Amino acid sequence: MIPAPFDYARPSTVEEAVAALADEDAKVLAGGQSLIPLLRLRLAAPTVLVDLAGLDALRGVHSDGDDLVIGAMTTHASVLADPLVNRYAPLLAQATGTVADRQVRHRGTLGGSLAHADPAGDLPAVAVALDATLEIAGAGGRRGVPAADFFVDYLTTALEPGEVLTSIRLPKRGEGWSTRYEKFNRTAQGWAIVGVAAAVRRENGGIAEARVALTNMGTRPVRAAAVESALTGASADAETVRAAAGHAAEGAEPTGDLSASAEYRSHLARVLTERAILAALGQAHAA
Amino acid sequence: MTVTEEREVGSPRRRKEDARLITGRTMWTENVVLPGMLHLAILRSPVAHARITHVDTSAARELSGVVDAFSGRDVADIQGGLPCAWPVTEDMVHPDHPPLAVDEVRHVGEPVAVVVARSRAAALDALAAVEVDYEALPVVLDLEAALADGADLVHADKGTNRSYTWVFDSGEAGTGEAVDAALDGAEVVIKRRYRQQRLIPAFMEPRSVVVDPTGDQYTIWSATQIPHILRFLVSAITGTPEHKVRVVAPDVGGGFGGKLQVTPEELIAFVAAKRLGKPVKYTESRSDSLVSAHHGRDMIQDIELAARRDGTITGLRVKLLANMGAYLGLVTPGVPILGAFMYNAIYKIPAYRFECTGVFTNTTFTDAYRGAGRPEATYAIERIMDELAVEVGLDPVEVRRRNWINADEFPYTTVAGLTYDSGDYEAATTRALELLGYDELRREQAQRRDSGDTVQLGIGVSTYTEMCGLAPSRVLGSLRYGAGGWETASIRMLPTGKVEVVTGTSPHGQGHETAWSQIVADQLGVAFDDVEVLHGDTRTSYKGLDTYGSRSLAVGGIALYNACQKVVDKAKPIAAHMLECDPADLEFTGGQFRVRGNPDNGKSLADCALAVFAAHDLPDGVEPTLDADAVYDPVNFSFPHGTHLCAAEVDTQTGRVAIRKYVAVDDIGRVINPLIVEGQVHGGVAQGVAQALFEDAVYDADGNLLSGTFVDYTLPSPADLVDIVTDRTESPAPDHPLGTKGVGEAGTIASTPAVVNAIVDALRPYGVNDIQMPCTPERVWRAAQGGGA
Repeated sequence: MIPAPFDYARPSTVEEAVAALADEDAKVLAGGQSLIPLLRLRLAAPTVLVDLAGLDALRGVHSDGDDLVIGAMTTHASVLADPLVNRYAPLLAQATGTVADRQVRHRGTLGGSLAHADPAGDLPAVAVALDATLEIAGAGGRRGVPAADFFVDYLTTALEPGEVLTSIRLPKRGEGWSTRYEKFNRTAQGWAIVGVAAAVRRENGGIAEARVALTNMGTRPVRAAAVESALTGASADAETVRAAAGHAAEGAEPTGDLSASAEYRSHLARVLTERAILAALGQAHAA
Repeated sequence: MTVTEEREVGSPRRRKEDARLITGRTMWTENVVLPGMLHLAILRSPVAHARITHVDTSAARELSGVVDAFSGRDVADIQGGLPCAWPVTEDMVHPDHPPLAVDEVRHVGEPVAVVVARSRAAALDALAAVEVDYEALPVVLDLEAALADGADLVHADKGTNRSYTWVFDSGEAGTGEAVDAALDGAEVVIKRRYRQQRLIPAFMEPRSVVVDPTGDQYTIWSATQIPHILRFLVSAITGTPEHKVRVVAPDVGGGFGGKLQVTPEELIAFVAAKRLGKPVKYTESRSDSLVSAHHGRDMIQDIELAARRDGTITGLRVKLLANMGAYLGLVTPGVPILGAFMYNAIYKIPAYRFECTGVFTNTTFTDAYRGAGRPEATYAIERIMDELAVEVGLDPVEVRRRNWINADEFPYTTVAGLTYDSGDYEAATTRALELLGYDELRREQAQRRDSGDTVQLGIGVSTYTEMCGLAPSRVLGSLRYGAGGWETASIRMLPTGKVEVVTGTSPHGQGHETAWSQIVADQLGVAFDDVEVLHGDTRTSYKGLDTYGSRSLAVGGIALYNACQKVVDKAKPIAAHMLECDPADLEFTGGQFRVRGNPDNGKSLADCALAVFAAHDLPDGVEPTLDADAVYDPVNFSFPHGTHLCAAEVDTQTGRVAIRKYVAVDDIGRVINPLIVEGQVHGGVAQGVAQALFEDAVYDADGNLLSGTFVDYTLPSPADLVDIVTDRTESPAPDHPLGTKGVGEAGTIASTPAVVNAIVDALRPYGVNDIQMPCTPERVWRAAQGGGA
């Protein structure tokens, strides 16, 4: 269908963007891969669309000391191809490679995906697992919000009206860390029924640290805290991993829909967590 | 009979229509722009069943850019009703089907009101200003509950939700024994209930229609498979004389049976154009298309198979409940009846009974979808053949072999009364088993079972035949179908020797322009590129019965062949005159008439075409034209067949099914263009696999279509499919001068049971003997946990 009428602004600086967002029914347009379908279905009818396409400053990846900073308007395809991302945040690169299809990855952006906060989206769980900080600009200045606090509810984030997500800051995870995003979907370009983002740091043959976050196991990404604590300080063998993964769905509140019941999602969370950690440890599951 | 060299037929020509179809730089209906053209938007019912207590379009009419707005009540007397051309029984209940709902809506998505505006955006914006009040009525969804005493009714005035019950009984028909006796005395009886989920054809190009009233002529462009049938029925429904209606199906982007329909939208556009005296366009959105274009399948199949302990089938009883939806579409009631002749499949079955009851529900009406009745039949019989194999302890291939019709038994008259023309089931099956590496995979399966592998392997076997070449007109008449099954072709020889072919078929992606050119090139001895194929415009192709049911080549191809022979026959006396010889002394090869024994002296068809153009020196009494028409009514259906095998890996921990190898060996008779055949098989298999694994049109308890977008109606992409290993065996169609049988539906028919049989086979050790389609990961996982799903 055709969207309802709206005004269109194309700022060229963050300040202009923030000013354009003064209207409370304004909406930010990044890559448009989620918003434009909603507009076409008339499920969203903003008064003004603030298109960030002209903000070149929000594109690209750079190194900042111990952190990696990714502009919010960096497309999935650029994230996927970026050498810094592949070196310091391979989990993000791998998960980004599972997002929808090639066409969508060339239009969609990392920032758009996080700000949209669809519980079935792959990247919010990755941001939580990697302990990202989301950098935000608004009329009152700039602030950073940890990923764990950024995702509030279904399609709802800590972004206030008038604020713009400008960049994503990730601690570099180099030596010792290994990661895996395990995604389960019905079709190759479909949303995740469940996804598991896992990062483990090995030391002296054991697991020194583990970070595990789940996609689509609730209205926002879920940290699998019980799995993490069961793994921390444990040995890196298959039995230990299996036992730890058994806690994956604890505290999660998945919903049922056409593609999966809540019970099946919880089961998948356990199976996929085991597979993700084993894969991260280099003990790849056969499938 | 002329003898020609065959150069084009059998060659994998790239399709001449593809450049324009793939780039989209062509005339789709949506690309039609006419001076003063208005745009139409349709307000659709948000509820499944309700009385319309109030409609007010006046506020919409006041909006900027809006030219008109009206509801069903405003046009109740002039809009006419949608046709059902297949009243399968004398007493079939056939409710009125107004294009725009008048007093009551009976499914979500039913058109309620219309806005016509100067732009599409203005028309869509104004829909929000149309006021409609609904008073809820009980919603009927479940097929069995709908037939119970005291059930709520979809059409209260009809007093029942039963549209018809249609029966075929071999004992009564004299084509076999009585089935009751066979079942009562059987050594083995297997009884199953299978469900054909509802599917959405989901053609690539959404439906679009433009109606242009100019003078007293109405020109209708429509993304339809059936321009000729549409013309006839629009004329009949609206009372417009047929010669004042022209229908154009320009390039059409797919149909799969979904555009074998006279649609509410076409008639609504006609009413609007007539009312305003201006051209009007309607193009549906994808969401509108999914909820309102007719759906397919949706049946409950109760099937009982009687057999001896050695695996020999002794009887088959089938009882169907077929979901009609809220109304009857063009051939809705007939779709399951086409399956009646196919449940017995390739097998020698002595006793057979088929009973189908059509049931109304508050859902989008169903109608033809690729295979139309035949995939459903093939699914049920091929699923239960695997159950028979397990029951009697035979390999699934062996149990089929013990029952199928042998190559030396053709022509073979089946228990359903059809005469199969030719085939060799053994040859196709043997080839398929080789290509799959059947024995080796069976060994691997045993190893995985023994080791308790979390990933199990299953092998699915599916054999099939189908009735193609719809259809002998007499047979259609005996089934109470409203039209015949003949097809036409015309050849126009241009003075320069180039050829225009007019076909009564209406391609929407099949590649007729290429295949027809190949046939004509061989028959007339002209170059492939010198043939232009015209179709889909009733002004150039005034007669035809269009494209569906794998009929175009199997029926239209013979008309084309016959027209070619007539051209050659007309040219012969002219060539003889030029060569100063007796026509009887001429032979026609490679496009040249030559005197027998004198190969150096000849005249081409082009020479003859120029000669009749000038007409200066023709034999006395010879009409100055080579043009010829032919109409062909088939004497029988054609019966392609094949064996499809699927090896699937099933992850018992997650329920994910991964097809590892898929082999399709089809016998479709002689092949005109192997590249086109390959494409048809690939696309058909993809669609059949999609029914097995992915697609499902789901309604909630209130009758809302939950799978109303492509996020929820799960179509697979190439990434979800595997390379398909294809091969062919060849049993030419004896009734067809070109020997072709039809391939448009084969892949869809064979593949669904092949995939499900593979999954069930993988999970047999877990006590599984069925999984409801689509076999979603969750259903498969649950089956692996405890048998049922």
